[in-house]
Amino acid sequence: MASKQPENSLLGPEADSQRTLYPNVTGTSVVALKYKDGILMAADMGGSYGSTLRYKNVERMKAIGKHSLLGASGEISDFQEILRYLDDLILYDNMWDDGNSLGPKEVHNYLTRLMYNRRNKFNPLWNSLVLGGIKNGEKYLGTVSMIGVNFEDDHVATGFGNHLARPILRQEWHENLSFEDGVRLLEKCMRVLLYRDRSAINKLQIAKITEEGMTISQPYSLKTYWEFSAFENPTQGAVGSW
Amino acid sequence: MSSIGTGYDLSVTTFSPDGRVFQIEYAAKAVDNSGTVIGIRCKDGIVMGVEKLIASKMMLPGSNRRIHSVHRHSGMAVAGLAADGRQIVARAKSEATNYQSVYGEPIPVKELAERVASYVHLCTLYWWLRPFGCGIILGGYDRDGPQLYMVEPSGISYRYFGAAIGKGKQAAKTEIEKLKLSEMTCREGVIEVAKIIYKVHDEAKDKAFELEMSWVCDESKQQHQKVPDFLLEEAKAAARTALEEMDAD
Repeated sequence: MASKQPENSLLGPEADSQRTLYPNVTGTSVVALKYKDGILMAADMGGSYGSTLRYKNVERMKAIGKHSLLGASGEISDFQEILRYLDDLILYDNMWDDGNSLGPKEVHNYLTRLMYNRRNKFNPLWNSLVLGGIKNGEKYLGTVSMIGVNFEDDHVATGFGNHLARPILRQEWHENLSFEDGVRLLEKCMRVLLYRDRSAINKLQIAKITEEGMTISQPYSLKTYWEFSAFENPTQGAVGSW
Repeated sequence: MSSIGTGYDLSVTTFSPDGRVFQIEYAAKAVDNSGTVIGIRCKDGIVMGVEKLIASKMMLPGSNRRIHSVHRHSGMAVAGLAADGRQIVARAKSEATNYQSVYGEPIPVKELAERVASYVHLCTLYWWLRPFGCGIILGGYDRDGPQLYMVEPSGISYRYFGAAIGKGKQAAKTEIEKLKLSEMTCREGVIEVAKIIYKVHDEAKDKAFELEMSWVCDESKQQHQKVPDFLLEEAKAAARTALEEMDAD
């Protein structure tokens, strides 16, 4: 794939203008867990432009081939670029037409190489990725960050999800969750993120991947509760209020 | 058909006095010596079949694929020099992914055929290159429905309802002309292609062969793939029976 990146990154100012310095349109946390039949993943549909919630219909989870599901937080355009790379990867895999197909472990490894190599060139793809899937009965759930840190686990999250959702999952996740329990657990995590993450919006999708394939729910909203007594009369007693 | 082009056949950049380029004709001979390859356009898709002449009993069945996918929606079957064919397939794959990258949609079959033909033709223009010694049958399914093209070593490409290249091409063409392709589904087409290949296979001259077939049709969700095993076996059985009935007469 041609990019106008000069090979020698010591060239000075012109070379720098090609490198990623900061993200522009970003997605927030992705949370995922293994359950009885496969993987469940949740992400909201927001694309923030700095502190403005500019795009509210961004699908941040996509199916990769027959066996995998990719969710991304961070720069949306870099996510789209990653999807293009994976599209080529899956296409070439399909063209062999030999009865084999790339599984989630292989795709995760590919993504790790991709992210790490870009990081080494000081031109990262500004994403945190969650890659989940199931092949021949074996469930797989892994994550890769923009600096190439990768690992697999029974439940993973990106961004704020690491701080707010993972503790919940550590307490309440167990082997062989049913679909309903898995969704309930994910919704619990997403609700906390909705309350506490400034860049979260109340429009989310939950995707599941099983041996049969990938399905993604229609966007929906979580019920929230704001009637806490501490929220009543918020300005009472505040300096400068009446 | 065969004439010695003494002196005018040394280079692909030389015309003979009667306006022929002998090197290209010789390249076509390489195609004529290979196993038969046929392709037909049915009403809901394309079926392609190859008579793979087995060089040695030690070869694993299913190896040496002669039909290659070029993108999700199209594939090519190659006759002639296999190594040359690999090169053309690689180029076609590259053209297809490039088109998708630039225009955002799968390459129309017509466009792909044009690019492949251009590439084959390119190698007939320079003295330091030799023409490709392969004929290609290209089948694909795009917005305009299923389409079948054939590219010859000269770089000519036409669109066909049915095409055949290789050893048994004359006999195969006769058989294909007997078929009512516009009313046939690909399922039926698979059986017919198998029958034709078994029929034109010359038992005396070439011992063993392996039948390789692929299709791209509504049933395969407009994806180019090998014909599923159960259908392939059904087709082979039907072809063998038809052959026995013919021998019995």
